[in-house]
Amino acid sequence: MTELPKQAQQFIDALPHAKALGLQIVSLGGGEAVLTMPYDEKLVGDPKSGVIHGGAISTVIDTCCGAAVMSNPGVAGASATLDLRIDYMRAATPGQSITARAHCYHITRTVAFVRATATDDDSGRPVATASGAFTVGAG
Amino acid sequence: MARKPPESVQVVKQRRDAALAALVQGVPYIRFLNITFDRRGDELTGVLNYQDMIIGNPILPAIHGGVTAAFLEVTAIITLSWSQLWPQVESGAIALSDLTEGRLPKLPKTIDITVDYLRSGLPRDAYARAIVSRAGRRYASVRVEAWQDNRSRLFAQATGHFRMPQDGASPGA
Repeated sequence: MTELPKQAQQFIDALPHAKALGLQIVSLGGGEAVLTMPYDEKLVGDPKSGVIHGGAISTVIDTCCGAAVMSNPGVAGASATLDLRIDYMRAATPGQSITARAHCYHITRTVAFVRATATDDDSGRPVATASGAFTVGAG
Repeated sequence: MARKPPESVQVVKQRRDAALAALVQGVPYIRFLNITFDRRGDELTGVLNYQDMIIGNPILPAIHGGVTAAFLEVTAIITLSWSQLWPQVESGAIALSDLTEGRLPKLPKTIDITVDYLRSGLPRDAYARAIVSRAGRRYASVRVEAWQDNRSRLFAQATGHFRMPQDGASPGA
């Protein structure tokens, strides 16, 4: 893990929406990725509680899954999401950053299968889990 | 016994548009993504107004998959909440002043959502409509479709399950 973190962060920063959310790579390589998203009031979905909107959690998970796919040895070029299912376990604690961990657990010549978990500071109780399929190679 | 004359078109439109605006503008994340809603009667169309920062792949360029997922989820939640709010606003059970002064009903909570990506999102506005397949007292099931240039060429679709607010009838609770 943790191969080329600087170049990986440059790659993330080149994605306008990942940059808009302030996504940071914690580690990347071998089909696994860890990303964080800092808490920000503009991402709030429930103004009364200050809880982050599920859509922002989806974005950090989707980015993390894509990064995990591309970190597989032998995968060249970009990967696109085919489908992504997200289950929301609980509201993220307001003020805490979100950490997403994605693992590409199977890959064929054309499709990569990924599972992911998102947590806040309490890493023992997931905020959300996800599973998805991603394209590999052209198309 | 004389029948009550119908309300004037301005009164009806003002009430409905103000209720919808209050519902949507209360959520910071919806403002951040610049998602707005067009209304025709009780039918809503979500509009993801294009801005450069929603791009995820700068080479194609394409809208970020997470933004597409968020757009579908927001459209589902607002459509679901609106379907509950509408009869209450129309009957007067909820006063417009409650909504405009920030006493808004709680929004449904997402249990799960599955998004299918059918083609890449182009750098322009996108539209979405949600269909409430089942609205129970505690749970609801919603389908959403999103398109850009052609209504029949979807670029994404989603199915989600939502937990309904248990005090949805009482604003501000």
